[in-house]
Amino acid sequence: MSLVRAEGRRLVKRRFTRYMVLIGLLVLAAVAVGMFFSHQKIGPAQYAAAERAAERDYQQQVQLSEGIRAECERAKAGDTPDKMHFPEDCSQLIPPREAFPAAQYVPATFNFKEMFPVTILVLAGVLAMVAFVVGASYVGAEWHTGGMMNLLLWRPRRLQVLLAKLGTLMAGLLATTVVLAGAWLAAFWAIGTERGTTAGMTPGVWWSLALTGLRGLAVVLLAGLVGFAVASIGRHTAFALGGAIAVIVIGQIGLGIALQLARVRFPEAYLLPTHVYAWMTKKVTLQDWQSCQFTMGECRPKTMDLTWQRSGVLFGVTALVLFGAALWTMRRRDIT
Amino acid sequence: MHTAYGLGHQRLDAGEAWLAAVLEIQALRKTYRSLRRAPRQALDGFDMVVEAGQVHGFLGPNGSGKTTTLRTLLGLIRPNGGRMRVLDHDVPAELPDIVGQIGAIVESPQFFPHFSARDTLSLLADAGDVAQRRVPEVLELVGLRDRAKERVKTYSLGMKQRLAVASALLKEPTLLILDEPANGLDPGGIREMRDLMRGLAESGMTVVLSSHILGEVQQICDSVTIISNGRRVAAGPVADVLAQHSSGAQRVRLESASDLPAAAEALTSTGAQVTAYGDHLLVTGLDSPAAATRILAGRGFYLSELTPVTVDLESVFLELTGTAPVPGQHRQVDEAAPIEEVPA
Repeated sequence: MSLVRAEGRRLVKRRFTRYMVLIGLLVLAAVAVGMFFSHQKIGPAQYAAAERAAERDYQQQVQLSEGIRAECERAKAGDTPDKMHFPEDCSQLIPPREAFPAAQYVPATFNFKEMFPVTILVLAGVLAMVAFVVGASYVGAEWHTGGMMNLLLWRPRRLQVLLAKLGTLMAGLLATTVVLAGAWLAAFWAIGTERGTTAGMTPGVWWSLALTGLRGLAVVLLAGLVGFAVASIGRHTAFALGGAIAVIVIGQIGLGIALQLARVRFPEAYLLPTHVYAWMTKKVTLQDWQSCQFTMGECRPKTMDLTWQRSGVLFGVTALVLFGAALWTMRRRDIT
Repeated sequence: MHTAYGLGHQRLDAGEAWLAAVLEIQALRKTYRSLRRAPRQALDGFDMVVEAGQVHGFLGPNGSGKTTTLRTLLGLIRPNGGRMRVLDHDVPAELPDIVGQIGAIVESPQFFPHFSARDTLSLLADAGDVAQRRVPEVLELVGLRDRAKERVKTYSLGMKQRLAVASALLKEPTLLILDEPANGLDPGGIREMRDLMRGLAESGMTVVLSSHILGEVQQICDSVTIISNGRRVAAGPVADVLAQHSSGAQRVRLESASDLPAAAEALTSTGAQVTAYGDHLLVTGLDSPAAATRILAGRGFYLSELTPVTVDLESVFLELTGTAPVPGQHRQVDEAAPIEEVPA
């Protein structure tokens, strides 16, 4: 227990941890503030203003179209070759009033029920990045500076030390994510109340939000675990950060291009962001537009569903492999 | 001297006295393997015994296997063979049971640069179930009290070394293992470190000291082990090691230097080996210094000086490890003369 307490103190004391959490908070705060100021509550005054704006635009468009209709009618009457450029019925050039619905002129409003699930993706994404670098740095810097060796002189049970560190990191990430998720929910509930609507929040919707939040929490913990495990295997923070960049550049961009060149069906199925999105939104349907025969009329491309369960298995296996490798190297390696 | 492994004690001569062996290493082997380089044998059947309450010097040239030995003892490196016992426990298997009694610094001190000395020690104390009151005590002991709140990154090498020693002393160990503790210390610091170690040994602590400052080792160590090419080349009390490698020569001066040739002839006639120098003779092969006095006085030559020629630890070390500098040659770190292992 004392080791866990010491590791907890060490994690919180580290400047890098504090800075990264602060940066994450600033990004999240910027998103929330941006959402607050880019939305507003809709009332009768806003609807009346939208109606007026729609009518104004409609009238302007009618004025412009009247000139074109006159030109059309002249062309039809003179039977000139230009008549081919106009429709049979010149009155079709005048737009209908329905083309300018007032709803399009209503300012953006925050519908909590529809929009909050999307913001959970943002929260999970930002916290996952913070978790990855904090996890990598937490153990990577310990190896790099000799802190791990010092600790092993006090606690020679290597796996116990590594697991205590990982447990501390996971507990820290869990606590931070839960607290921030609560603050995030409160902030967007306030935005919904002040700049939109919170209507339609049935128990079923809340349950769905809670499950999305839990999947977001899993993404954050997984990112922390992967950063920690890779840095532990490489005994340096840069090993994990370099690995992440390599995965993004080679494994995602390069792989994406290569799969497209090879005309592989559903290339997105091999890319990490697709699986993260599938995990968070429960299902992503991919379409194979290469299967379309456009000469034969309407295209109905073949589809493939990526479910959250399938992506979850992928993430779970990845985490297990990296975690196992980190434990194995910790147990076997000479610390020189 | 006979060592009884497994008993944790060492017999002194043939008498009844037993001294507890705090640390015993037998036939330790370690080979470093790499995909890119040929295997390198760092330890080749190394033996070592350290008795309780002693300050034991652990000497060897760079790359001889000192640090590998210490890291292996402390569970940081897995040996390929051999046996180690510390405080009557097999290590590394039983190391967790006794780690609270072992304070150690290995090689250059390394700490997280952005933590203060106080934080560094406090975290270690927490991790090792040591009372926090020990933190100011050891900071005082190593002279870092007034700089304890500063970040380690601002420390000089000597201050980091003091912090490393403080961390090793934190748990009030029975066995203290220090790898180059005087590295980076100023002369005053070296003397303080020497006094500290002597005081710790007097309080009952056993100190294993790896150092290249041989003058210091000779002053403060009761016994030494010298390692070269991964094997023990000398071991025992410092005085014994020096005596074993002393030539037993006597420097002889007479009242009149003109009598030296005749005196040399007189000594040679009794079986002694004599080397003549301008103002003195170097005599070996005599039973005792008194024999020189008797022989020369009997011939009417009177001594103005009769001095035993002593050796110091540095010369013994250089001789045993084959690392004495040779004019015009640049010795590489792994180069040492092949030397027969010497039993303790």
